[in-house]
Amino acid sequence: MKQKKKWYDYLWIFSLTYLILGFFNILFAWLGLICFFLPLIISIGWGNKAYCNKFCGRGQLFSLLGGRFGLSRKKDMPKWMKSKIFRYGFLIFFFVMFFLMLWNTYLVFAGTRELNQKITLLWTFKIPWHWAYHGTVFSDGVAQFAFGFYSIMLTSTILGIITMILCKPRSWCVYCPMGTMTQLICKAKYVTSSQKNSEK
Amino acid sequence: MKRKAIVSIRECVACGCCVKVCSRKAISVPFGIYAEINQNLCVGCGKCSQECPASVIHLEEVSHEAEKEMV
Repeated sequence: MKQKKKWYDYLWIFSLTYLILGFFNILFAWLGLICFFLPLIISIGWGNKAYCNKFCGRGQLFSLLGGRFGLSRKKDMPKWMKSKIFRYGFLIFFFVMFFLMLWNTYLVFAGTRELNQKITLLWTFKIPWHWAYHGTVFSDGVAQFAFGFYSIMLTSTILGIITMILCKPRSWCVYCPMGTMTQLICKAKYVTSSQKNSEK
Repeated sequence: MKRKAIVSIRECVACGCCVKVCSRKAISVPFGIYAEINQNLCVGCGKCSQECPASVIHLEEVSHEAEKEMV
């Protein structure tokens, strides 16, 4: 029985468009903050993972590429990749790199560092990306954040595609830092709310 | 003997991939912690098990007596 598709089943188009727009104008990278704040707002406000479960366009994109387009081997992930140590370790690493990116942005805002029109892939490889920058009416820091944030989004997409090909289509979901973090938030919220209920 | 899907809740990442493929609507992710399968609705088709990116859903044989207890 085929299930009827809902509007949110097409959010992969948003994710794909986002990645494409970054090739033409880096300032579109700011839109990625939606994918950053929305899961947090949902998990903190409602105590669930509706973002991962329904609205994650990136997950849908991997599902489509690995599933319908057959670009996945559909093999089990290595055990260490699903372990809590790896998942939490990756979350910490991702956030350390995120705050480093924010620090670099601050330095450009403060005028102590010049705008670096490059994308850093896999936190290592610096790729020139000057064609996607056409100036900004704001501070150069605005563009620096866009370069940094787009680097993170592209890096996670590349990692997701690699694990999609090697393992199952949505393998990225297992170690996605946002997914791990929202699950932790949900756990904490559940524990505190059940504690409150038992006190009543 | 019938087959039923069982989630290893300690390893589940609550991504919800299984929810999407279940045509019986037997799976939910309450409180965003782990996937829960309504055993009364599960027909043991194995779609969720195939889809699960962490491979933490297994199919287990359930005897008729055990199945009656679930209801």
